[in-house]
Amino acid sequence: MKKVTIHTSVNHKHYELEIKPNLTLLSLLREELGLTGTKCGCEVGECGACTVLMNGKAVNSCLVLAPQIDGQEIVTVEELAIGNKLHPLQESFLNHDAVHCGFCTPGMLMSAKDLLDHNSNPTEEEIRTAISGNLCRCSGYQQIVDAIQNNNVSPLKG
Amino acid sequence: MEKDEQVKMNKELKIIGKSERRVDAWGKVTGKAKYADDYNVSHQLIGKVLRSKYPHAKIICINISKAEKLTGVETVLTAKDIPGAKVFGVVVKNQAILAEDRVRYLGDGVALVAAVSKEIAEQAISLIEVEYEPLPVVSDPEEAMKPDAPVLHDDKNEFVHHHVQKGDITKGFAEADFIIERKFKTQFIEHSYIEPEAVLAEPSEQDGIKITGCVQNLFSTRRSVASMLNLDLAQVQIVQSTLGGSFGGKDEAMTLISCRAALLAMKTGRPVKMVDTREESMLESYKRHPYVLYYKWGAKKDGSITAMEIKCIADGGAYASMSPFVTWRSVVQATGPYYCENVKTDVYAAYTNNNYTGAMRGFGSPQVNFAIESMMDDLAEKVGMNPLEIRMKNGFETGAVTATGQELTHNVSLKEVLTKAAAASDFEKKWKRNREAKSDEKKHGIGLACSYRGVSLGAEGTDAAETIVSVQTDGSVIVSSGITDMGQGAQTQMSQITAEVLGISMDRIHFLNTNTSRVADSGATVASRGTIMGGSAAKNAAEKVRITLLEVGAEMTGDAVSDLDLLDNYLINIKTKKPLASFNELATACFNKGKPMVSHGWHHSPKTSWDERQGQGEAYFTFVYGANVAEVEVDIETGKVDVLDFVSVHDVGKAINKGMVEAQIFGGVAMGIGYGLLEEFEIEEGIPKQANFDEYLIPTSMDVPRIKAIIVENEDPTGPFGAKSVGEPTNELAAPAIVNAIYNATGKRIYEIPANLERVLLGHKLTRTGKRGLEQKEIEETDSCKTRGNKL
Ligand code: FES
Ligand code: FES
Repeated sequence: MKKVTIHTSVNHKHYELEIKPNLTLLSLLREELGLTGTKCGCEVGECGACTVLMNGKAVNSCLVLAPQIDGQEIVTVEELAIGNKLHPLQESFLNHDAVHCGFCTPGMLMSAKDLLDHNSNPTEEEIRTAISGNLCRCSGYQQIVDAIQNNNVSPLKG
Repeated sequence: MEKDEQVKMNKELKIIGKSERRVDAWGKVTGKAKYADDYNVSHQLIGKVLRSKYPHAKIICINISKAEKLTGVETVLTAKDIPGAKVFGVVVKNQAILAEDRVRYLGDGVALVAAVSKEIAEQAISLIEVEYEPLPVVSDPEEAMKPDAPVLHDDKNEFVHHHVQKGDITKGFAEADFIIERKFKTQFIEHSYIEPEAVLAEPSEQDGIKITGCVQNLFSTRRSVASMLNLDLAQVQIVQSTLGGSFGGKDEAMTLISCRAALLAMKTGRPVKMVDTREESMLESYKRHPYVLYYKWGAKKDGSITAMEIKCIADGGAYASMSPFVTWRSVVQATGPYYCENVKTDVYAAYTNNNYTGAMRGFGSPQVNFAIESMMDDLAEKVGMNPLEIRMKNGFETGAVTATGQELTHNVSLKEVLTKAAAASDFEKKWKRNREAKSDEKKHGIGLACSYRGVSLGAEGTDAAETIVSVQTDGSVIVSSGITDMGQGAQTQMSQITAEVLGISMDRIHFLNTNTSRVADSGATVASRGTIMGGSAAKNAAEKVRITLLEVGAEMTGDAVSDLDLLDNYLINIKTKKPLASFNELATACFNKGKPMVSHGWHHSPKTSWDERQGQGEAYFTFVYGANVAEVEVDIETGKVDVLDFVSVHDVGKAINKGMVEAQIFGGVAMGIGYGLLEEFEIEEGIPKQANFDEYLIPTSMDVPRIKAIIVENEDPTGPFGAKSVGEPTNELAAPAIVNAIYNATGKRIYEIPANLERVLLGHKLTRTGKRGLEQKEIEETDSCKTRGNKL
């Protein structure tokens, strides 16, 4: 298969990459760039574990072909914290015990970030809709919803 | 317990019971946590499996020559390349690592490839030629038990029969005023851990092998790998990567992939990575057992139960796996927490050409609880009581004797949890109101279910675990354990226990993932035994270290050991409350004096017993109690059921970490809603119909309501700080609570789950059953639904 060249920005770094045109964005991130924070759970766009931001919008990276990111901006979970300083959303996930096995967490965070970037005060219904494409088998979603809703306050109860 | 006395801490608990942050969560929110598929080493090969083409067939021949010749292929292997044991199994060793002469279900592996890339490995798989001779398929466990059924192993398909007998059911039924007889059915459930199976196998320097992967039961995987490769256990090292969920599912499924990767690695001398796609995972992995349950109860007009006759048949699928243990829990708990003098229970498991079935959260209880709690509501209806009254009448109290003859000497809190669940949901008022509501498009219903559950393995097997606590010279502490963390928070709980005993803050503790070469065989982290076993071992280890530290403290200060305590990162004098040295200084002093700063904690559970012939015994050393209430809205037009509200009450003994206990409750209930309403892994004639999450539907954020978790704490002396367990009980009650709520709303009882649109609306499944014409009559009679007012 003939390779194609793309120019893209991933986590604010610029890349010139020569890739197979059928490579998915998910494989590009995990296998070519070593960004394994983004997870692979189904490869058919159903689980949301692979969610990243493309030009600020949450997308399933398993459904995006790498050539489609030519000239686009990608942000992954690795970019949320600045050094050891966590993003408030990450802090909130920790304090609401919204992280169990954690496999869905990177995708959840990215879907939540997209929501909050466009709607700073979402209702529970809006939050549930925003993460409805992100499957979590561990948590029953409640603490995740709470973490997203109360992302500025950080109650560790009990 | 002399030592316990010595270290008795007459102080308030500082860390136990608090919602501390999880010790492993930081890596999980930053993307730094390493799951199995995140491990890569240079020169690794990619392994792939060729799986069967038929659910049941003889293998005539396998031709690998075309695949071998493909550029980039390092090796192609079949069963004949296995140097040692070709089969494995926890109870019955009959599961093939690679099928040799026969395939028994569609997920069976036939050949392996290791190649330099995934694409080449996949291409090589497609070049392997296998000639099969298809055999007759049996896909129904009841059919499989008939004499003329195709047989999968040995001479018959029935491979488990557990029995419990108490009193005399003939006498019991004769005393009854009426009899209720029902048939229930449950479905296959896919665990649906979001992380699929993955391992990296690396040949080690001493002719051994190291496997890093998302393995739940590291020690049994190690045994299978060692015996397959003819290696000593000491030569096989299994390292647990961060687990992306398991729910009982990453046991044999991971043994299989670990064995295969290890075989490829040993043959090629190179690291081999294997990762299942979701399709491969669903096709091959084991599921929760479907049961057919026949329940017959004799009862009196006052609601008391005079006899129970119960027969359950579990679909074991192609291999034995955990079926003997899963069905044992069913036989012990099949009568529910209810008084009855005359009981006869028989639970069978049979081989079929379906996916094999094994451990899944609940482990034989979700199936029987669905039947028991539906029966209870039927009984209530019959005698004119409400569901709470009937349970309060029949429910166990402290001192009750179970169907297996065990006297419950601990605090039996069944009625406490029932009362709390009913109060928190305003159960009785709503139940009455819903029944009397005039029909409209959307009907409301409320349903109750409760259970008791034996803690840990019980008489199923050896029950012991190790935790190691190692204090460093700077006062930081490393903890490791044979109990694994799968996302349930075992590491955090063990850390909290260690921190509490050592009087230090949580940030000093670093937890290592389990490595079979560094800790003792602690059995599997199953049966909700993590807290009680790993936690007790952690307490034991930390207490030993604490004694050493206090003795050194006494030498340093000249105070008596009994006057000293460890608190808030300091050595203090209890009387003066004065800090005498920091924990760091104490640790350094301990090192300088040459004292041991590491301790191994070991916990062995109290004795249990079982007489298989009589079906009697002290099955579990203690039990937990739970009650759930579901409120639903049923759309009469479509049959759609929405869960609007949910109350889940569980007596956990003591919550080591409140937030995490709630987390277990939320997650368990969500999974239970899936079990009751949505999920079904369908297999027809040995062929699964769902391949990925687009077809197999698990609850999303839109399907799960806000859940009210109520934690009840009746501390139990058998657990660390009184803690018992919570993981599984939370998952075993939602389905019957929902089905009972649907009955309250519609007057229709569902006898077969999931209660999906068709069953709620039409009373049966909409798919073709394969039976036509005359046989149709039989189907109608066993309709999965009956209507209120029907003659009971
Ligand atoms: S891996 Fe992309 S949605 Fe599941
Ligand atoms: S935390 Fe395990 S899948 Fe969400």
